[in-house]
Order: sequence, then C-alpha cells, then structure tokens
Amino acid sequence: MSLFTESFITTLFLGAIAAGMPLLLAGLGEQLSEKAGVLNIGLEGMMLAGAYAGFVVAWSTGSMGLGFVGGAAAGALVASLMVLFCVRLGLNQIVIGIALTLLVEGLTALLHYVQFSRSYPRLDGITTWPIWPLSRIPLIGPILFDQNLVVYFGLALVAGFAWIYRMTHLGSALQAAGDKPAALDVAGVDVFRIRSLAVLTTGALAGLGGAFMSVAAAGVFVPFMTHGNGFIAIVLAMLARGRPLWVLGGAFLFGGCLSLTTALQVAGVNVPTDVIQMLPFATVMLVLLIAGRKASLPQALGESFVRGAR
Amino acid sequence: MNNQQTVAPTALRKATKPAGGGGWVWALGISIGPLLAALALGGLVLLAMGVNPFTYYGYVVHRAILSQMGLEATLTRMGPLLLIAASLIVAFRAGIWNLGGDGQFLLAAVAVAAATPAMLTAGVPVWVNLAIGLVIGAAVGALWGVLPALLKAWQGINEIITTMMMSFLGVSFANVLVKLLFLDPTTTTPQTATLPVEARLPRLFGTTVSSGLIIGIVVVIAVHLMMTRTAFGMRLRLVGASPRAAVHAGLSVPRLTIAVFTISAALAGLSGAVDILGTQGNVRADWNPAYSLTVVPLVFLARLNGVGSIAYVFMFSALTIGGESAARKLGVPSFFSLVIVALLLITLGLAEYMDKRRQDRARH
Amino acid sequence: MKDQQMQATSEAIVRPNPARTTPVVALCGVTKRFPGVIANNDVSVQIWAGEVHVLLGENGAGKSTLIGILSGLQRPDEGHIEIDGKPVEISSPRQALGLGIGTVFQHSMLVPSLSVVDNFTLGGSWWRCPDRTGTAERIRETARQLGLRVDPFALVATLSLGERQQVEILRALMRGSRCLILDEATAMLTPHEAVALGALMRRLIADGLAIVFITHKLNEAVAYGDRISVLRLGKTVGAITPEQLNAATDAENTARIIRLMFGETAARSAHGLARAASDFGPVVLQVEALRTQAGSTPLRDVSLAVRAGEILGIAGIDGNGQKELAEALAGQLACSGGSVKVNGREVGGLSVGGRRAAGLRYVTDDRLGEGTVASFPVAMNLVLKDIGAEPFWQKGLEKSHAIHAQAERHIRDFDIRTPTHHTPVGKLSGGNIQKVLLARELTGAAEVVIFAKPTYGLDVNNIRTTRQRIRDAADAGKAVLLISTDLDELLELADQIAVIDRGALRGCVENDAGARDAIGRLMSAGDDQ
Repeated sequence: MSLFTESFITTLFLGAIAAGMPLLLAGLGEQLSEKAGVLNIGLEGMMLAGAYAGFVVAWSTGSMGLGFVGGAAAGALVASLMVLFCVRLGLNQIVIGIALTLLVEGLTALLHYVQFSRSYPRLDGITTWPIWPLSRIPLIGPILFDQNLVVYFGLALVAGFAWIYRMTHLGSALQAAGDKPAALDVAGVDVFRIRSLAVLTTGALAGLGGAFMSVAAAGVFVPFMTHGNGFIAIVLAMLARGRPLWVLGGAFLFGGCLSLTTALQVAGVNVPTDVIQMLPFATVMLVLLIAGRKASLPQALGESFVRGAR
Repeated sequence: MNNQQTVAPTALRKATKPAGGGGWVWALGISIGPLLAALALGGLVLLAMGVNPFTYYGYVVHRAILSQMGLEATLTRMGPLLLIAASLIVAFRAGIWNLGGDGQFLLAAVAVAAATPAMLTAGVPVWVNLAIGLVIGAAVGALWGVLPALLKAWQGINEIITTMMMSFLGVSFANVLVKLLFLDPTTTTPQTATLPVEARLPRLFGTTVSSGLIIGIVVVIAVHLMMTRTAFGMRLRLVGASPRAAVHAGLSVPRLTIAVFTISAALAGLSGAVDILGTQGNVRADWNPAYSLTVVPLVFLARLNGVGSIAYVFMFSALTIGGESAARKLGVPSFFSLVIVALLLITLGLAEYMDKRRQDRARH
Repeated sequence: MKDQQMQATSEAIVRPNPARTTPVVALCGVTKRFPGVIANNDVSVQIWAGEVHVLLGENGAGKSTLIGILSGLQRPDEGHIEIDGKPVEISSPRQALGLGIGTVFQHSMLVPSLSVVDNFTLGGSWWRCPDRTGTAERIRETARQLGLRVDPFALVATLSLGERQQVEILRALMRGSRCLILDEATAMLTPHEAVALGALMRRLIADGLAIVFITHKLNEAVAYGDRISVLRLGKTVGAITPEQLNAATDAENTARIIRLMFGETAARSAHGLARAASDFGPVVLQVEALRTQAGSTPLRDVSLAVRAGEILGIAGIDGNGQKELAEALAGQLACSGGSVKVNGREVGGLSVGGRRAAGLRYVTDDRLGEGTVASFPVAMNLVLKDIGAEPFWQKGLEKSHAIHAQAERHIRDFDIRTPTHHTPVGKLSGGNIQKVLLARELTGAAEVVIFAKPTYGLDVNNIRTTRQRIRDAADAGKAVLLISTDLDELLELADQIAVIDRGALRGCVENDAGARDAIGRLMSAGDDQ
C-alpha cells in the first residue's frame, strides 16, 4: 500500500497550512517586535483575543472578512496595553506579557461563557478565493490556489516584511531600535514611536492569526483555544533571527507536524499527535546542543530605552 | 553591558525599593491600593456579566475560607502551588527565567504516577513508596532542567527560549508516556493506573487537607530561609542582582547557574509528585494544569518573598476554589480568578511606576 | 568670560575677516547639575570656523556633559547656546543636526547590524526606500575629497574602530554639519589611525569647518589644537589662543597646560614625600612576565615588585591595560603566562577568593558596576567578598549580628555617611560608596592592595580622604599598587612610578623632583612608537 496517495498529500498540506497559518502570522508579528527590541511575551494573549473577537464579529455580522478585521483590532488593543506598560512606562516586559496573557485567557473564557454557553454557535464552512487558472492544477491547485484570503495575505506578508526589512527606511529604523536605540535617537527618529508601531502591528497580526484559528480553521471559539501557539510563535521568531522566510518555514514545519497525525489517520496509520508534536522542538534543541551557537537576539532586546542613559 | 541578557527578573522595575521618606498615607495607598483597584476592576467585569460584585466576593470568601469543606479544598490545592512558587523564587532571585515549569511538573507527575502504583503492587510499604515517589518527582524535574542549564552556563543561550521549548517538549512527551507506555489497561479512559486513596499522602488531623500542604509550606519557607539566611542563597542573590559583581567577588557564575536550574526544576518536579501523591492519584491523558505560568504573577506580587508568596498562593487558591463553587451557583466561571490575578499584577506595576515617579520628583 | 572676550577681539584683529567676527557656536555661562554633582559650572566656550578647538580635561571634568548639551541629549540648567551669535535652544539630537552641529561620540553611534549606507540614511521617511546607490555615490565622492576609503555597502560590524569613526565623520559632514564634535576620538584608535585622524582634521578645517576635539591627552591637544580650553571639575580653568600656541614651543605649551590642568600648588607639594628605600619592608607582591590574552588590551610580560609599606604608582593613558592588570592580579581575568607571588607564595593559580585569603585586595574603579550591588544594603556590600566566611556565616548560615556589628564598626571607622547599615548602597553618594569599598578591602588580612583610579569622579573632600587612606595603608606596612590616570595623584602618593602603555610597562622612576618630566617622556616615548 502506498502511503503517498493524493488524498494523503492533500490532507497533509491543507492541514499544514491551516495549522501553520496562525503560527506564521503571530511569528511574523513577534519577529517585528523583537527586531524593534521588545520581547512580546503577551503574544498568546493577543492571539486569543483575536480568536475570540474574530469569532464574535464573524458570527454576529455573518461576514468572515469583518471577523478577521475584528480579530486584528482586538489583538492590537491588547498590544496597546503592552505599549503603554512596557514601551512607555518601562515595566518589565516578561511579567507584563504573562499578565496580559492571563487577563485575556480569563476574560475571553468569561465572555464566552456568558454569550455562548447555551447556544454553541458554529460558523459555516470557510469561503475560499480560488485563483482561477492556477487552482485547476492537479494536486498543487487545491493546496495553494484555492485558499482563504488570509492565507494569501500571510504569504504576501512574508515577502512584504522581507522587502520592508531589507529595502525601506522603516526596516533600518526597526533594526536600529532593537540593536542600538541610542543611534536611532541621535539620528532623530523617535525610538518610542518605532517600538510602539512594531508592538501594535504585532498585536494586529497575532489577532489575525487567532481569528484565523477560530473563524477559518475551527469555525468555533473555545476558551484557551490558542493552546500555546503564541509561545511556539515566540520561539519561532527567536530562532528565525529576523528572517521572515525562516518564520514561514518554521511555521509550516510545525503545522505540518500537527497535520501529519490527521493525514496519517486518513492513510490508516495511527500515531499519537504528541509524538509528532515533539519532533520540531526536539530537533531545535538538538541543533542548539550540537551547534551551540548563541541564538542571536537584538542587543537591546527587553530593555527600556532612556535617552542619554548610555 | 547587555550581551544576550534580558533584564534580570528581580523586580517589576529595576531598583525601585521604596525607602522611608514620603507620607505613610502614600505608603499605605501604594501597598493596598493595587489590591483594591484590581478587585474594583474585577467588580466591573462582574457587573458587565450581570452579577453583583459584592455578592460574588462575599460568596467566594464564604465558600473558600469560611466553610470547612471549602477551606480544606483551598488548603489542599496550596501544596503544589507553593512548591511551584518555591521553584520560581529560587530561579528568579538568581536572575534566571525558568519558564519551563509546566514541562518539569508534568513529566515528574507522569513518572510518579507510573512508578508508585507499580511499586505498591510490588509490595513496597506505603511510606517508603511515598518517599521514593517524592524523590522520583524531584529527580525527573531536575533532569528536565539540565539541558537549558548547560546551554545557558556554557553557551550563554537565552534560557527563555530553551525552557519554553523543553516545556512544550515535556508536555507532549508526558502525553506520549501516558498514552503509549503507562496506560492503565483496566479503564477505558486513557490514564495511568490510580494510586489507591489509602496509599496517598496522609491527610491532616482528621480533615481532608492533604499533607502536601505541609510539604509545600515547609519547602517554601526553607527556600525563603535558604535565599535570605545562608551563604549559598546570598551567592545566588548576588548573581541575580549583578553578574559582574559576582565575578568581582570571585563567584563561579556558570556553576551557580547550573545549581539554580537544578534546584528550581527539582522543586517543580516535586510539585508534580505532591499533586499526584496527594490529590490526583493518576494522570489522565492531555491533563496539564499549567500551574507554572499562573504562579509566575503570584511570586512577583509577593516580590519574590517566600513567606509573602504563601499569602498570595492562599488568596489565589481560595479564589479558584471559591470561584469553582460560584461557577455553579452564580454563573461566573472560575476563570475569573485569572482575571483578578492579571489585574492585580498590572495595578501593582502601575503603583510601582507611580511610586518611582514620586521618588524621582522628590529628588529634584 | 572676560578672558574669552579678549581672545575674540584679539583674533578679530589678527584675521580681519567679517565672517569670523562671531563664533559658529558659543556656550554662554552654561551650568548643568546632576544629583550631588555640578557637572558644568558656568562654562563659556567659543568655537570658531577653521579651527580645531581642543577641550582638555581629566575624566569627570565635565567634558561629556558639555557634549551632551551641544548635541541635544541634555539641556543646561543655566546659561544658553548661541549659533552665529543668535541664542538657540537645542532640545533633541535631531535639532542639533539641523543646526549644523554633528557629533561623533566616543562610543560608536552606528548600528553594527546595518551597512554603512543604511546608517547614513537612517531617519528617512518610513515608507520610502532609501536611495542606496545615490547615497553610496555621494559617500564615495565625499570620502575621495577627504582622501578616505570607505566601502558604502560594508556591514558596520565588519569595520575597524578607526573606519567606523571615519564613517561617522563622513556622516556628520554629509548632513551639513558646520561644527563637528569629536568626543575622545583617539581613545579607541591605534596610533596610526590617530595620526590619520589628525591629518583629516587639518583638511576639514581648511574647508572652513569648526571642530571641537575632546581629549585628555596632552600631546594630542598640542599636536592638533589651534585653540585649547582646559576644563577642571566642571569649570573652564584656562584657555590658550592660537597666537599663544604658535608663539611657544610644544614643550612650553605642554608645561602650561599641565599647570592649568593640575594647578601649581599640587605640583609643588608633589615631591619631597618620597620615602627612603630603607623604610620599606621585604617584597610582598612579586609579578613576573604576566601575560593575558583576554581583555581589550592584553598584558605583555608585565613584571613588577612592591615592598611592604611602598606605594608603586602605575601611570598611563586610560585603556592601556590598567583594567587588565588589576583584574589579572585580582584573579578575575585568566592569565596566559607569568607568575604572581604574595609574600613569596605563588597565587597565580588561585581564584579570586583564594587570592583574597592570601591578602590580595582590589579596590575597583567601577564602584557601582562591579564593586557593589546598588540594591543591597550597606552591611551586605561590606561582606560581598566574604560570602560564607567566618564569622559572618557559620556552617553556611548567616550570622546577621556579626555582619551588622562589622558594618557599624566600618561605618564609624571609615566615616561612611549612611542613614543606617540597612540602606541600599545605591542611595549613597559616590564618595560614601568608595568608603564602603575601602572599608571592605583595607581591613582584615590585607597585605597587598590594588587601587584602580581610586579618586575618579569624587569631589575634593572625598579625594583627600581617599588619598589619606591610601597613605595610611602604606604606612601600616601594606604593599600598595596605585593605578591612576591622574598624574598629580601619583606624584602626591607614590614612591615609585611606572608607566603602562598598550599592555606593557615602560620604565619605572623614583618619585622625586624630576619625576613629572621623566614620566612625561616615558608616556610620549610610547606614543611615538
């Protein structure tokens, strides 16, 4: 019996994209924050806020697109608290990040209970935007070119961020904000503004990723549904070292591992999800142990900026 | 100055110890204000849910502290939480972000849940069995902390990444063990064999309170005394406060880093053992209480003080136990306790910020 | 103030160019206070186009604050700044740039992970793409005009410190700076790079630029300066005009600057203190061919000997291996060769704690960075190097009464001004923090004491107390190694003075009437190499 049937491959790749997309969006966002020198441990909370708000908006308006917008807005809202406490007031980024995650976990669970504990609404199947001639290509077509708009957006974002980082003033400014904020300040750019922008964008992307989980992938909101995805995205961003393409690779490696179980079940092989889930983490730890290279992080990561305090 | 080093987690803000000066009214406000503010904000959330905050808070206090059954449940839950708090205090005071407590906890729990019923059936006396169980828990926890410790001490690799990854790895690995290796064949639910109630940690004075509470309190106080009263604790605090001063004073920072990781992870593992031996009796598949991350705010609220953390753990334990009762009675899910802890942490951060601002103004 | 107005008029007469009757930048009566310190006290300085204006002063004289004010990082408490004779307010680095003041800080202000071009375009509109090819072309063009070679697409992290500095100067020029501030510009450069920088400055002023060159090195001041202002303890204590500079020989100018920097009285009281060799006991500290590989300036075969009761001074420009020498002796820095003996016993293989037990003590110059922990109480900081030792700990348990009793004793004996011994050390003034360090290092079984810049950043009173402590330590029979960048201090205290230069010791002289000149010769001999 051949394992690599068409249905197996399609299930695997579609699953990888569905599971990897939230990681990709949140990971790209976290990468942005880390580039600008803010370690955003509240990512999980931002994703969860997006998952909840995205679901509520999509459910009440009946529009999936508005759901995504709502999710991104909710993520940015949580991020604005991060901006206030960590970028402006200079409180400890790790402690506030964990506090925000707990706050969102608690609040969304409460709200979900109040609104949906009796009705358990579900969203209808996701709408896709097939890109016409390409979507007809066998095997590749249904996987890559018959997807949700957010998937196209996420993929475009990888290219977009790579372009911003390498080609624009903004990219240089972000790099400087994380590596040598004093140099940026002397060059006349407001470090606080750059960092705030980065964190807010992170929040919006994480929120969108969360909304993708609830609106597009699951069709339902469950409390704590992000289930550590935010933290995985943080690890992804730290390991990708500022390269968006690596986040893409990492996100779909993780996503692929998650969907491999389902795909194997389709193929009639029964392997517990957990074994597959361990693979990426085990690989990364092994690489760190053998290569032993310092995971390179921006020099000023986690530090508040104070002008003149050199 | 800041090569690869995130801010040492010794305080919400660096060096903001309030010193004397300034009216006592302000001092009182700064210490009680955040709690009141958090409860008030939480009250707003309750109001939005259509629940009278006073009824809710009153009910929680009544069910979790004033009723005997509730108080016993509250105290029992404190045991593992206190051990986690001890684990975090050792690490954070020494400037190390061990965020991998969940993996250390769960793997230790699975190891203990697998070993102790088996040993019992093999005829090991109950007391010896319990003692071995606690040792296994601590050892497995410590084992799971070794890799991040070595990577940090030798290669300077950021321990936030490594401990979090080891945590995910540990949680998945624990599930694999439960589902594939230690599955109890006698039940249909995927879980390990159950330790009989009479073979668990003894209950205290004819109540239902597990003696895990005693272990928790003894350990957290022992850790507190170790950190504040011994030479070893002093060395750890010095490394945490200023690695450069530690080098200047002749301390071996890598060796202390490994020691800190070992102790912290062992305590997280011990917490898992106590939870299994005292309360759970087995590990169900996909069970992960994620105590570690919820206790992080508590130890910061207690300003990494072991004795102070007992009060906060008690408060949190009561909030969750009372909250669970209130969930049935008043229709407010127990997740409300998370909201209160998070709000408290934020209001406390703001209070410290205001205090700092006030001191700065006073200085100029 | 009056003095400077006179200079201005005299110059106007010498060079009757109307554009040169007002200085490009003028600081008028600038005062800046920090908690407990007056960093700048009524400082007035004028900077003219076509001149290199040297601001000379020891560390802590207020040079950095002055630059901070000019570059918009700090604002003066009193006084103001004039540009082309008009008062201006400089509230941000961007504004300083806009006013034509470009600063090259001592510590590079380039982003190492960006290319040269990207560092130049830093600060452009966010959404635009930087014009990399155009900028690169302009960089090459400007560099060629100045006779520099710069690869615009090189990553800054791959450039040497000298190259980075050239890049920063280029950047300041291309942003339209008319006044270029170079802060301790030669501190990190190799001698060859320093010479190249001097030549570059001459070319720049020929184009009509004004340059402020901040340094604490006398020979550079004389070599590169058209006009020299000397800062001391936050005040301008004297100025030398171009005419005066040109009229005298380099040696005369140097002598004059030394008088301005250190005062005449200090010079007079300096000698006559040297004690006869018969006063000293046996050799206590014996160092032979000490080498290190770590550290920014590796030590090269350092050998020295200090007898009981003797003070051996180590003179030299900062950053020539002083820190490495102190740390290698104390055991903080690994040595790659050589031996360290205390009372004839080899301690080179011992840890910091082992050497301390052998009687070797080290008073660090980085008092808050490594000497003490700001958030720890005074009492704890006093036992920071004795963690676990009797009587403060017994069987690993803290004996707080012993710690507190010792703290009370030290607070009394060393006159440490602190509310209580529970007070966090960070709340104390610099002088009192130094007393905490002195109390910790000078008591107990101290045999050899290494002082690194012991009076750096202290006020006059604390300088006097600290120097008395050093003298007392020697009188009590301890062997003292005094590492200082303050020549005056060495002349006042030391019995013998050696000069350290790029990690190696150059000669050693008796501290007598001719010592100042002899040390000056040793120091400049090193510079010429």
